[in-house]
Amino acid sequence: MYGTGLMKGMAVVLKTMLFKPPFTVQYPEQRVEPPRRFRGASFVWYEDRCTGCSTCAKACPQGNIEIVTSAGQYNQYFVEKFDIDHLRCMFCGLCVEACPYDALFMGGDFENASYSRAALVVGKKLLNAAAPTRIPSSYFHPELDHIDITSGRPVPEIRKAEQEKNQDIGWASR
Amino acid sequence: MTLRTDPVTINFGPHHPSTHGVFQMRITADGEVITNLEPVMGYLHRGCEKLSEGRTYTQLVPLTDRLDYLSPMSNNVACVLAAEKLGEIPVPERAQYIRVIMAELQRLANHGAMTGFLLNDLGTFFTLFHYTMREREKILDLFEMTCGTRVTVSYMRPGGVLQDLPEEFMPRLRALLDELPQRLDEYEALITENEIVLARTKGVGVMPREMALAAGCSGPMLRGSGVKWDIRKNDPYGIYDRFQFDIPVGTNGDVYDRYWVRIQEMRQSVRILEQAYRDIPQGDVRTRLPLFFRLPTGEAYARIEAPKGELGFYLVSDGGIAPYRLHVRSPSFINLGVLRDLTVGYTVADAVITLGSVDIVLGEVDR
Ligand code: SF4
Ligand code: SF4
Repeated sequence: MYGTGLMKGMAVVLKTMLFKPPFTVQYPEQRVEPPRRFRGASFVWYEDRCTGCSTCAKACPQGNIEIVTSAGQYNQYFVEKFDIDHLRCMFCGLCVEACPYDALFMGGDFENASYSRAALVVGKKLLNAAAPTRIPSSYFHPELDHIDITSGRPVPEIRKAEQEKNQDIGWASR
Repeated sequence: MTLRTDPVTINFGPHHPSTHGVFQMRITADGEVITNLEPVMGYLHRGCEKLSEGRTYTQLVPLTDRLDYLSPMSNNVACVLAAEKLGEIPVPERAQYIRVIMAELQRLANHGAMTGFLLNDLGTFFTLFHYTMREREKILDLFEMTCGTRVTVSYMRPGGVLQDLPEEFMPRLRALLDELPQRLDEYEALITENEIVLARTKGVGVMPREMALAAGCSGPMLRGSGVKWDIRKNDPYGIYDRFQFDIPVGTNGDVYDRYWVRIQEMRQSVRILEQAYRDIPQGDVRTRLPLFFRLPTGEAYARIEAPKGELGFYLVSDGGIAPYRLHVRSPSFINLGVLRDLTVGYTVADAVITLGSVDIVLGEVDR
Protein backbone atom coordinates (compact mmCIF):
# COMPACT_ATOMS: atom_id res chain seq x y z
CA MET A 1 0.00 0.00 0.00
CA TYR A 2 1.28 3.43 -0.85
CA GLY A 3 2.42 5.23 2.28
CA THR A 4 3.47 2.27 4.43
CA GLY A 5 7.14 3.18 3.99
CA LEU A 6 6.36 6.72 5.05
CA MET A 7 4.53 5.58 8.16
CA LYS A 8 7.43 3.32 9.12
CA GLY A 9 9.78 6.29 8.94
CA MET A 10 7.43 8.43 10.95
CA ALA A 11 7.30 5.74 13.65
CA VAL A 12 11.10 5.91 13.95
CA VAL A 13 11.00 9.68 14.23
CA LEU A 14 8.25 9.58 16.82
CA LYS A 15 10.05 6.94 18.87
CA THR A 16 13.27 8.96 18.83
CA MET A 17 11.44 12.13 19.68
CA LEU A 18 9.51 10.76 22.62
CA PHE A 19 11.67 8.11 24.19
CA LYS A 20 15.29 9.03 23.52
CA PRO A 21 16.99 11.52 25.81
CA PRO A 22 18.74 14.37 23.97
CA PHE A 23 22.25 13.54 22.89
CA THR A 24 23.45 17.12 22.65
CA VAL A 25 25.17 19.11 25.38
CA GLN A 26 24.39 22.75 26.05
CA TYR A 27 27.88 24.20 25.77
CA PRO A 28 29.09 26.44 27.48
CA GLU A 29 26.73 25.84 30.42
CA GLN A 30 27.43 22.12 30.30
CA ARG A 31 30.81 20.82 29.34
CA VAL A 32 32.15 17.51 28.18
CA GLU A 33 35.44 16.63 29.76
CA PRO A 34 37.96 15.76 27.05
CA PRO A 35 39.54 12.33 27.42
CA ARG A 36 42.87 11.89 29.11
CA ARG A 37 44.79 11.65 25.84
CA PHE A 38 43.30 14.83 24.47
CA ARG A 39 45.73 16.62 22.21
CA GLY A 40 45.03 20.21 23.08
CA ALA A 41 46.56 23.60 23.48
CA SER A 42 48.62 24.84 26.44
CA PHE A 43 51.64 22.62 26.15
CA VAL A 44 53.15 21.47 29.40
CA TRP A 45 56.91 21.86 29.42
CA TYR A 46 59.25 21.03 32.30
CA GLU A 47 62.40 23.08 32.14
CA ASP A 48 64.31 20.91 34.55
CA ARG A 49 63.99 17.95 32.20
CA CYS A 50 64.58 19.79 28.95
CA THR A 51 68.12 19.53 27.65
CA GLY A 52 67.66 21.91 24.78
CA CYS A 53 68.29 19.17 22.27
CA SER A 54 65.76 20.72 19.82
CA THR A 55 64.47 17.37 18.64
CA CYS A 56 60.95 18.67 19.10
CA ALA A 57 61.67 21.67 16.91
CA LYS A 58 63.03 19.43 14.17
CA ALA A 59 60.06 17.09 14.34
CA CYS A 60 57.52 19.87 13.98
CA PRO A 61 56.15 19.96 10.42
CA GLN A 62 55.43 23.68 10.69
CA GLY A 63 58.61 24.84 12.37
CA ASN A 64 56.67 26.30 15.26
CA ILE A 65 59.12 25.82 18.07
CA GLU A 66 62.00 28.21 18.46
CA ILE A 67 64.77 27.20 20.80
CA VAL A 68 67.86 29.20 21.67
CA THR A 69 70.49 27.60 23.87
CA SER A 70 73.79 28.69 25.31
CA ALA A 71 76.69 26.63 26.61
CA GLY A 72 77.28 26.58 30.34
CA GLN A 73 80.48 26.18 32.27
CA TYR A 74 80.41 22.45 32.84
CA ASN A 75 79.56 21.23 29.41
CA GLN A 76 75.82 21.79 29.83
CA TYR A 77 73.18 23.61 27.88
CA PHE A 78 70.94 26.38 29.05
CA VAL A 79 67.65 26.83 27.30
CA GLU A 80 67.33 30.56 26.86
CA LYS A 81 64.33 30.68 24.65
CA PHE A 82 61.55 28.18 24.13
CA ASP A 83 58.75 29.70 22.08
CA ILE A 84 55.80 27.70 20.81
CA ASP A 85 53.78 29.48 18.18
CA HIS A 86 50.17 28.49 18.83
CA LEU A 87 49.07 30.48 15.81
CA ARG A 88 50.52 28.02 13.37
CA CYS A 89 50.28 24.93 15.54
CA MET A 90 47.91 22.23 14.34
CA PHE A 91 48.24 20.16 17.53
CA CYS A 92 49.51 17.14 15.71
CA GLY A 93 51.60 16.05 18.66
CA LEU A 94 54.71 15.14 16.67
CA CYS A 95 56.86 17.33 18.93
CA VAL A 96 55.68 15.48 22.03
CA GLU A 97 56.33 12.18 20.31
CA ALA A 98 59.87 13.21 19.42
CA CYS A 99 61.03 14.53 22.80
CA PRO A 100 63.47 11.96 24.13
CA TYR A 101 63.51 13.31 27.69
CA ASP A 102 59.78 13.48 28.48
CA ALA A 103 59.97 17.22 28.89
CA LEU A 104 57.15 18.27 26.58
CA PHE A 105 53.52 17.22 26.86
CA MET A 106 50.29 18.23 25.22
CA GLY A 107 47.72 20.01 27.36
CA GLY A 108 44.01 19.52 27.79
CA ASP A 109 42.85 22.99 26.85
CA PHE A 110 40.66 23.76 23.86
CA GLU A 111 39.40 27.29 24.39
CA ASN A 112 42.42 29.18 23.21
CA ALA A 113 41.00 32.22 21.50
CA SER A 114 42.88 35.39 22.23
CA TYR A 115 42.54 39.10 21.58
CA SER A 116 46.16 39.48 20.52
CA ARG A 117 48.38 37.48 18.23
CA ALA A 118 51.42 38.00 20.42
CA ALA A 119 49.72 36.29 23.36
CA LEU A 120 49.47 33.10 21.33
CA VAL A 121 53.23 32.77 20.98
CA VAL A 122 53.88 31.13 24.30
CA GLY A 123 57.38 31.57 25.67
CA LYS A 124 59.52 30.08 28.37
CA LYS A 125 58.24 32.33 31.12
CA LEU A 126 54.62 31.45 30.61
CA LEU A 127 55.35 27.78 30.19
CA ASN A 128 57.38 27.76 33.39
CA ALA A 129 54.69 29.55 35.31
CA ALA A 130 52.02 27.18 34.09
CA ALA A 131 53.88 23.89 34.38
CA PRO A 132 53.19 23.17 38.09
CA THR A 133 49.48 23.87 37.77
CA ARG A 134 48.66 22.11 34.52
CA ILE A 135 47.83 18.49 34.06
CA PRO A 136 49.82 17.05 31.15
CA SER A 137 47.84 15.05 28.63
CA SER A 138 48.70 11.38 28.44
CA TYR A 139 49.07 11.62 24.66
CA PHE A 140 52.00 9.38 23.70
CA HIS A 141 52.52 8.73 27.42
CA PRO A 142 50.01 5.99 28.14
CA GLU A 143 51.62 5.49 31.55
CA LEU A 144 49.92 8.74 32.55
CA ASP A 145 46.49 7.52 31.54
CA HIS A 146 45.46 7.25 35.16
CA ILE A 147 48.11 9.09 37.13
CA ASP A 148 49.00 12.72 37.09
CA ILE A 149 52.75 13.07 37.35
CA THR A 150 52.95 16.50 38.94
CA SER A 151 50.84 15.77 41.98
CA GLY A 152 50.92 12.00 41.92
CA ARG A 153 47.18 11.91 42.39
CA PRO A 154 44.93 9.81 40.24
CA VAL A 155 43.40 11.86 37.49
CA PRO A 156 39.68 11.22 38.00
CA GLU A 157 39.98 12.82 41.44
CA ILE A 158 41.60 15.94 40.04
CA ARG A 159 39.11 16.16 37.22
CA LYS A 160 36.26 16.00 39.72
CA ALA A 161 37.75 18.77 41.83
CA GLU A 162 38.19 20.86 38.69
CA GLN A 163 34.67 20.24 37.60
CA GLU A 164 33.35 21.35 40.95
CA LYS A 165 35.45 24.47 40.78
CA ASN A 166 34.19 25.16 37.25
CA GLN A 167 30.62 24.78 38.34
CA ASP A 168 31.04 27.49 40.96
CA ILE A 169 32.16 30.03 38.42
CA GLY A 170 30.09 28.56 35.60
CA TRP A 171 28.01 30.54 33.16
CA ALA A 172 24.82 29.12 34.51
CA SER A 173 25.29 30.69 37.94
CA ARG A 174 25.89 34.19 36.67
CA MET B 1 2.45 28.91 -31.93
CA THR B 2 5.44 27.41 -30.17
CA LEU B 3 6.81 28.97 -27.03
CA ARG B 4 10.52 29.65 -27.31
CA THR B 5 12.62 29.57 -24.12
CA ASP B 6 16.15 30.86 -23.65
CA PRO B 7 18.74 28.73 -21.89
CA VAL B 8 19.63 30.02 -18.44
CA THR B 9 23.05 29.71 -16.83
CA ILE B 10 22.94 29.02 -13.12
CA ASN B 11 26.01 29.49 -10.98
CA PHE B 12 25.47 26.78 -8.45
CA GLY B 13 27.97 27.32 -5.67
CA PRO B 14 30.71 27.67 -4.57
CA HIS B 15 28.91 28.85 -1.45
CA HIS B 16 25.87 26.67 -1.75
CA PRO B 17 25.43 24.23 1.16
CA SER B 18 24.41 21.43 -1.19
CA THR B 19 27.75 21.45 -2.97
CA HIS B 20 29.34 19.92 0.16
CA GLY B 21 32.15 22.41 0.31
CA VAL B 22 33.44 24.96 -2.14
CA PHE B 23 32.50 23.38 -5.42
CA GLN B 24 30.86 25.18 -8.27
CA MET B 25 28.55 23.77 -10.92
CA ARG B 26 27.91 26.00 -13.90
CA ILE B 27 24.55 24.69 -15.00
CA THR B 28 22.97 25.59 -18.31
CA ALA B 29 19.30 24.85 -18.04
CA ASP B 30 16.53 24.89 -20.57
CA GLY B 31 13.57 25.55 -18.33
CA GLU B 32 14.03 23.07 -15.55
CA VAL B 33 16.08 20.58 -17.57
CA ILE B 34 19.85 20.67 -17.54
CA THR B 35 21.47 20.84 -20.95
CA ASN B 36 25.05 21.28 -19.80
CA LEU B 37 26.97 21.18 -16.55
CA GLU B 38 30.48 22.36 -16.01
CA PRO B 39 32.17 21.45 -12.74
CA VAL B 40 34.54 24.12 -11.45
CA MET B 41 36.94 23.10 -8.73
CA GLY B 42 40.13 24.34 -7.15
CA TYR B 43 38.75 26.70 -4.55
CA LEU B 44 40.31 24.63 -1.78
CA HIS B 45 43.65 23.94 -3.40
CA ARG B 46 46.35 23.94 -0.74
CA GLY B 47 49.16 22.26 -2.61
CA CYS B 48 49.34 19.21 -0.37
CA GLU B 49 51.34 17.24 -2.92
CA LYS B 50 53.98 19.93 -3.21
CA LEU B 51 54.03 20.55 0.54
CA SER B 52 54.76 16.90 1.15
CA GLU B 53 58.05 17.16 -0.71
CA GLY B 54 59.46 19.15 2.18
CA ARG B 55 58.24 16.83 4.90
CA THR B 56 59.54 13.64 6.40
CA TYR B 57 57.47 10.49 6.09
CA THR B 58 56.10 10.84 9.60
CA GLN B 59 55.26 14.48 9.02
CA LEU B 60 53.19 13.48 5.99
CA VAL B 61 50.60 11.87 8.22
CA PRO B 62 49.07 15.07 9.67
CA LEU B 63 48.89 16.39 6.12
CA THR B 64 46.76 13.49 4.96
CA ASP B 65 44.19 14.18 7.70
CA ARG B 66 43.30 17.29 5.81
CA LEU B 67 42.66 15.62 2.46
CA ASP B 68 39.42 13.77 3.03
CA TYR B 69 38.39 15.29 6.30
CA LEU B 70 35.41 13.00 6.69
CA SER B 71 37.60 9.92 6.74
CA PRO B 72 41.08 10.85 7.99
CA MET B 73 41.86 7.40 9.38
CA SER B 74 41.62 5.83 5.92
CA ASN B 75 43.89 8.52 4.49
CA ASN B 76 46.43 7.84 7.21
CA VAL B 77 46.38 4.14 6.43
CA ALA B 78 46.91 4.67 2.70
CA CYS B 79 49.78 7.08 3.26
CA VAL B 80 51.72 4.86 5.63
CA LEU B 81 51.06 1.80 3.48
CA ALA B 82 52.93 3.45 0.61
CA ALA B 83 55.91 4.20 2.84
CA GLU B 84 55.84 0.68 4.27
CA LYS B 85 55.68 -0.86 0.84
CA LEU B 86 58.69 1.09 -0.35
CA GLY B 87 60.76 0.57 2.77
CA GLU B 88 59.54 -2.97 3.47
CA ILE B 89 58.80 -1.95 7.03
CA PRO B 90 57.16 -4.72 9.07
CA VAL B 91 53.92 -3.96 10.89
CA PRO B 92 53.09 -5.81 14.11
CA GLU B 93 50.02 -8.01 14.17
CA ARG B 94 48.11 -5.98 16.73
CA ALA B 95 48.71 -2.79 14.78
CA GLN B 96 47.22 -4.44 11.69
CA TYR B 97 44.06 -5.25 13.61
CA ILE B 98 43.87 -1.75 15.07
CA ARG B 99 44.15 -0.37 11.55
CA VAL B 100 41.28 -2.51 10.37
CA ILE B 101 39.14 -1.47 13.34
CA MET B 102 39.87 2.20 12.77
CA ALA B 103 39.36 2.07 9.00
CA GLU B 104 36.02 0.27 9.33
CA LEU B 105 34.81 2.64 12.06
CA GLN B 106 35.77 5.44 9.72
CA ARG B 107 33.77 3.87 6.92
CA LEU B 108 30.72 3.74 9.19
CA ALA B 109 31.17 7.38 10.17
CA ASN B 110 31.69 8.48 6.57
CA HIS B 111 28.76 6.58 5.08
CA GLY B 112 26.57 7.75 7.94
CA ALA B 113 27.45 11.35 7.28
CA MET B 114 26.97 10.87 3.54
CA THR B 115 23.50 9.34 3.98
CA GLY B 116 22.52 12.18 6.27
CA PHE B 117 23.75 14.75 3.78
CA LEU B 118 21.92 13.02 0.93
CA LEU B 119 18.65 13.21 2.83
CA ASN B 120 19.38 16.86 3.55
CA ASP B 121 19.75 17.42 -0.17
CA LEU B 122 16.41 15.71 -0.66
CA GLY B 123 14.79 18.13 1.72
CA THR B 124 14.52 15.99 4.87
CA PHE B 125 15.88 18.86 6.77
CA PHE B 126 18.36 17.39 9.31
CA THR B 127 16.18 14.55 10.59
CA LEU B 128 18.28 11.62 9.46
CA PHE B 129 21.36 13.80 9.56
CA HIS B 130 20.98 14.16 13.32
CA TYR B 131 20.59 10.43 13.77
CA THR B 132 23.67 9.56 11.74
CA MET B 133 25.68 12.31 13.38
CA ARG B 134 24.76 10.84 16.75
CA GLU B 135 26.40 7.55 15.81
CA ARG B 136 29.31 9.35 14.17
CA GLU B 137 29.83 11.19 17.42
CA LYS B 138 30.25 7.92 19.28
CA ILE B 139 32.80 6.76 16.73
CA LEU B 140 34.69 10.04 16.98
CA ASP B 141 34.69 9.66 20.77
CA LEU B 142 36.49 6.36 20.28
CA PHE B 143 39.05 8.09 18.06
CA GLU B 144 39.47 10.85 20.59
CA MET B 145 40.17 8.56 23.49
CA THR B 146 42.72 6.67 21.40
CA CYS B 147 44.70 9.40 19.74
CA GLY B 148 43.59 12.70 21.22
CA THR B 149 41.55 14.31 18.46
CA ARG B 150 38.32 13.65 16.72
CA VAL B 151 38.98 14.59 13.14
CA THR B 152 42.64 15.40 12.58
CA VAL B 153 43.65 12.06 14.00
CA SER B 154 47.25 11.50 12.73
CA TYR B 155 47.09 8.06 14.28
CA MET B 156 48.93 5.84 11.82
CA ARG B 157 52.69 5.79 11.64
CA PRO B 158 54.99 4.00 9.22
CA GLY B 159 55.53 0.69 10.97
CA GLY B 160 52.33 0.54 12.97
CA VAL B 161 50.16 2.93 14.91
CA LEU B 162 51.06 5.73 17.25
CA GLN B 163 50.15 4.11 20.56
CA ASP B 164 48.10 1.27 21.92
CA LEU B 165 44.38 1.49 22.53
CA PRO B 166 43.37 2.74 25.97
CA GLU B 167 41.88 0.07 28.17
CA GLU B 168 38.35 1.49 28.08
CA PHE B 169 38.34 1.29 24.26
CA MET B 170 37.30 -2.32 23.88
CA PRO B 171 34.23 -2.14 26.18
CA ARG B 172 33.10 1.02 24.43
CA LEU B 173 33.57 -0.61 21.02
CA ARG B 174 31.54 -3.60 22.21
CA ALA B 175 28.70 -1.34 23.29
CA LEU B 176 28.79 0.46 19.95
CA LEU B 177 28.79 -2.79 17.99
CA ASP B 178 25.76 -3.99 19.94
CA GLU B 179 23.95 -0.79 19.17
CA LEU B 180 24.83 -0.23 15.53
CA PRO B 181 22.70 -2.92 13.82
CA GLN B 182 19.58 -1.45 15.47
CA ARG B 183 20.55 2.02 14.34
CA LEU B 184 21.12 0.84 10.80
CA ASP B 185 17.65 -0.73 10.88
CA GLU B 186 16.30 2.63 11.95
CA TYR B 187 17.98 4.42 9.06
CA GLU B 188 16.61 1.85 6.67
CA ALA B 189 13.13 2.13 8.10
CA LEU B 190 13.36 5.83 7.52
CA ILE B 191 14.63 5.73 3.93
CA THR B 192 14.75 2.40 2.14
CA GLU B 193 11.01 2.02 1.58
CA ASN B 194 10.01 5.64 1.92
CA GLU B 195 7.88 6.43 -1.12
CA ILE B 196 9.05 10.02 -1.39
CA VAL B 197 12.69 9.00 -1.34
CA LEU B 198 12.01 6.30 -3.90
CA ALA B 199 10.23 8.74 -6.20
CA ARG B 200 13.09 11.20 -5.99
CA THR B 201 16.02 8.79 -6.29
CA LYS B 202 14.95 5.83 -8.44
CA GLY B 203 16.03 6.27 -12.03
CA VAL B 204 17.84 9.53 -11.33
CA GLY B 205 21.50 10.04 -12.22
CA VAL B 206 21.73 6.65 -13.86
CA MET B 207 25.25 5.47 -14.56
CA PRO B 208 25.50 2.39 -16.78
CA ARG B 209 28.12 -0.17 -15.94
CA GLU B 210 30.22 0.65 -19.01
CA MET B 211 30.34 4.33 -18.18
CA ALA B 212 31.44 3.62 -14.63
CA LEU B 213 34.26 1.40 -15.86
CA ALA B 214 35.33 3.77 -18.63
CA ALA B 215 35.45 6.77 -16.28
CA GLY B 216 37.55 4.93 -13.71
CA CYS B 217 34.98 5.26 -10.96
CA SER B 218 35.58 3.33 -7.79
CA GLY B 219 34.00 2.56 -4.48
CA PRO B 220 30.24 2.72 -3.96
CA MET B 221 29.87 4.63 -7.26
CA LEU B 222 31.19 1.64 -9.18
CA ARG B 223 29.41 -0.95 -7.05
CA GLY B 224 26.14 0.92 -7.36
CA SER B 225 26.38 0.28 -11.10
CA GLY B 226 26.71 -3.43 -10.55
CA VAL B 227 30.46 -4.00 -10.79
CA LYS B 228 31.73 -6.25 -8.06
CA TRP B 229 35.01 -4.54 -7.27
CA ASP B 230 36.34 -3.96 -3.81
CA ILE B 231 40.06 -3.58 -3.23
CA ARG B 232 39.71 -5.18 0.19
CA LYS B 233 38.77 -8.39 -1.63
CA ASN B 234 40.31 -8.04 -5.09
CA ASP B 235 43.73 -6.78 -4.03
CA PRO B 236 43.84 -7.27 -0.26
CA TYR B 237 46.14 -5.03 1.71
CA GLY B 238 47.04 -5.40 5.35
CA ILE B 239 45.16 -8.34 6.80
CA TYR B 240 41.88 -7.95 4.95
CA ASP B 241 42.19 -11.42 3.44
CA ARG B 242 41.42 -12.86 6.88
CA PHE B 243 37.97 -11.33 7.17
CA GLN B 244 34.70 -12.64 5.86
CA PHE B 245 32.42 -10.11 4.30
CA ASP B 246 30.31 -9.63 1.21
CA ILE B 247 30.47 -6.95 -1.43
CA PRO B 248 27.01 -5.46 -1.94
CA VAL B 249 26.30 -4.38 -5.52
CA GLY B 250 23.47 -2.39 -7.02
CA THR B 251 21.66 -3.09 -10.27
CA ASN B 252 20.57 0.15 -11.93
CA GLY B 253 23.36 2.53 -10.99
CA ASP B 254 21.00 5.29 -9.92
CA VAL B 255 21.10 7.48 -6.84
CA TYR B 256 19.02 5.01 -4.88
CA ASP B 257 21.42 2.13 -5.60
CA ARG B 258 24.39 4.17 -4.53
CA TYR B 259 22.64 4.94 -1.26
CA TRP B 260 21.62 1.31 -0.80
CA VAL B 261 25.14 0.03 -1.44
CA ARG B 262 26.45 2.31 1.26
CA ILE B 263 23.93 1.16 3.85
CA GLN B 264 24.76 -2.46 3.09
CA GLU B 265 28.46 -1.67 3.31
CA MET B 266 27.89 -0.30 6.78
CA ARG B 267 26.39 -3.64 7.77
CA GLN B 268 29.43 -5.42 6.32
CA SER B 269 31.70 -3.07 8.25
CA VAL B 270 29.96 -4.07 11.46
CA ARG B 271 30.61 -7.68 10.48
CA ILE B 272 34.32 -6.99 9.95
CA LEU B 273 34.49 -5.12 13.24
CA GLU B 274 32.92 -8.07 15.06
CA GLN B 275 35.60 -10.37 13.66
CA ALA B 276 38.39 -7.93 14.47
CA TYR B 277 37.02 -7.51 17.99
CA ARG B 278 37.06 -11.26 18.43
CA ASP B 279 40.51 -11.91 17.00
CA ILE B 280 42.64 -8.94 18.03
CA PRO B 281 45.83 -10.22 19.67
CA GLN B 282 47.92 -8.60 22.38
CA GLY B 283 51.39 -7.35 21.62
CA ASP B 284 53.47 -4.60 20.19
CA VAL B 285 51.85 -1.92 18.06
CA ARG B 286 54.78 -0.20 16.44
CA THR B 287 58.05 -0.99 14.75
CA ARG B 288 60.48 1.55 16.09
CA LEU B 289 62.06 3.67 13.39
CA PRO B 290 64.46 6.57 13.70
CA LEU B 291 62.92 10.04 13.81
CA PHE B 292 64.07 10.85 10.28
CA PHE B 293 64.23 7.48 8.60
CA ARG B 294 65.19 7.11 4.97
CA LEU B 295 63.48 5.01 2.37
CA PRO B 296 65.40 3.35 -0.46
CA THR B 297 65.39 4.95 -3.89
CA GLY B 298 62.40 3.85 -5.89
CA GLU B 299 58.68 4.20 -6.15
CA ALA B 300 55.64 2.56 -4.66
CA TYR B 301 51.90 2.77 -5.14
CA ALA B 302 49.66 1.69 -2.31
CA ARG B 303 45.92 1.69 -2.64
CA ILE B 304 43.14 1.03 -0.21
CA GLU B 305 39.39 0.84 -0.35
CA ALA B 306 38.63 4.15 1.31
CA PRO B 307 34.97 4.91 2.07
CA LYS B 308 34.74 6.92 -1.13
CA GLY B 309 36.61 4.58 -3.43
CA GLU B 310 40.13 3.68 -4.40
CA LEU B 311 42.51 5.93 -2.52
CA GLY B 312 46.06 5.59 -3.72
CA PHE B 313 49.32 7.16 -2.65
CA TYR B 314 52.07 7.11 -5.21
CA LEU B 315 55.40 7.76 -3.58
CA VAL B 316 58.71 8.41 -5.31
CA SER B 317 61.80 8.45 -3.15
CA ASP B 318 65.31 9.51 -3.99
CA GLY B 319 66.72 7.98 -0.85
CA GLY B 320 66.23 11.03 1.32
CA ILE B 321 64.20 11.63 4.42
CA ALA B 322 61.35 13.20 2.47
CA PRO B 323 59.49 12.01 -0.63
CA TYR B 324 60.79 13.23 -3.97
CA ARG B 325 57.25 13.31 -5.27
CA LEU B 326 53.91 12.29 -3.88
CA HIS B 327 50.76 11.88 -5.87
CA VAL B 328 47.38 11.23 -4.34
CA ARG B 329 44.83 9.37 -6.42
CA SER B 330 41.77 10.69 -4.72
CA PRO B 331 38.50 8.86 -5.34
CA SER B 332 36.32 11.98 -5.04
CA PHE B 333 38.10 13.74 -7.88
CA ILE B 334 37.87 10.86 -10.31
CA ASN B 335 34.28 10.00 -9.35
CA LEU B 336 33.38 13.60 -10.07
CA GLY B 337 34.46 13.17 -13.68
CA VAL B 338 31.13 11.60 -14.64
CA LEU B 339 29.02 14.32 -13.04
CA ARG B 340 28.15 15.98 -16.33
CA ASP B 341 27.00 12.75 -17.92
CA LEU B 342 24.91 11.88 -14.89
CA THR B 343 23.05 15.17 -14.71
CA VAL B 344 22.37 16.24 -18.31
CA GLY B 345 18.73 15.59 -19.08
CA TYR B 346 17.59 15.69 -15.50
CA THR B 347 16.30 18.64 -13.49
CA VAL B 348 18.34 21.01 -11.35
CA ALA B 349 16.96 19.44 -8.16
CA ASP B 350 18.16 16.06 -9.44
CA ALA B 351 21.66 17.44 -10.02
CA VAL B 352 21.83 18.27 -6.30
CA ILE B 353 21.09 14.74 -5.18
CA THR B 354 23.29 13.24 -7.88
CA LEU B 355 26.17 15.29 -6.55
CA GLY B 356 25.21 14.17 -3.04
CA SER B 357 25.30 10.54 -4.11
CA VAL B 358 28.81 10.91 -5.56
CA ASP B 359 29.90 11.78 -2.01
CA ILE B 360 32.69 14.24 -2.60
CA VAL B 361 34.90 15.99 -0.11
CA LEU B 362 36.51 19.07 -1.53
CA GLY B 363 39.63 18.77 0.57
CA GLU B 364 40.38 15.68 -1.42
CA VAL B 365 39.20 16.88 -4.82
CA ASP B 366 41.43 19.95 -4.79
CA ARG B 367 44.17 18.67 -2.47
S1 SF4 C 1 51.80 20.00 17.91
FE1 SF4 C 1 52.58 19.70 15.82
S2 SF4 C 1 52.41 21.72 14.85
FE2 SF4 C 1 52.21 22.04 17.05
S3 SF4 C 1 54.28 22.53 17.75
FE3 SF4 C 1 54.01 20.32 18.01
S4 SF4 C 1 54.77 19.40 16.13
FE4 SF4 C 1 54.47 21.58 15.73
S1 SF4 D 1 62.88 17.59 22.47
FE1 SF4 D 1 62.35 17.71 24.65
S2 SF4 D 1 64.33 17.90 25.68
FE2 SF4 D 1 64.70 18.37 23.51
S3 SF4 D 1 64.46 20.61 23.37
FE3 SF4 D 1 62.44 19.73 22.92
S4 SF4 D 1 61.39 19.70 24.91
FE4 SF4 D 1 63.57 19.98 25.33
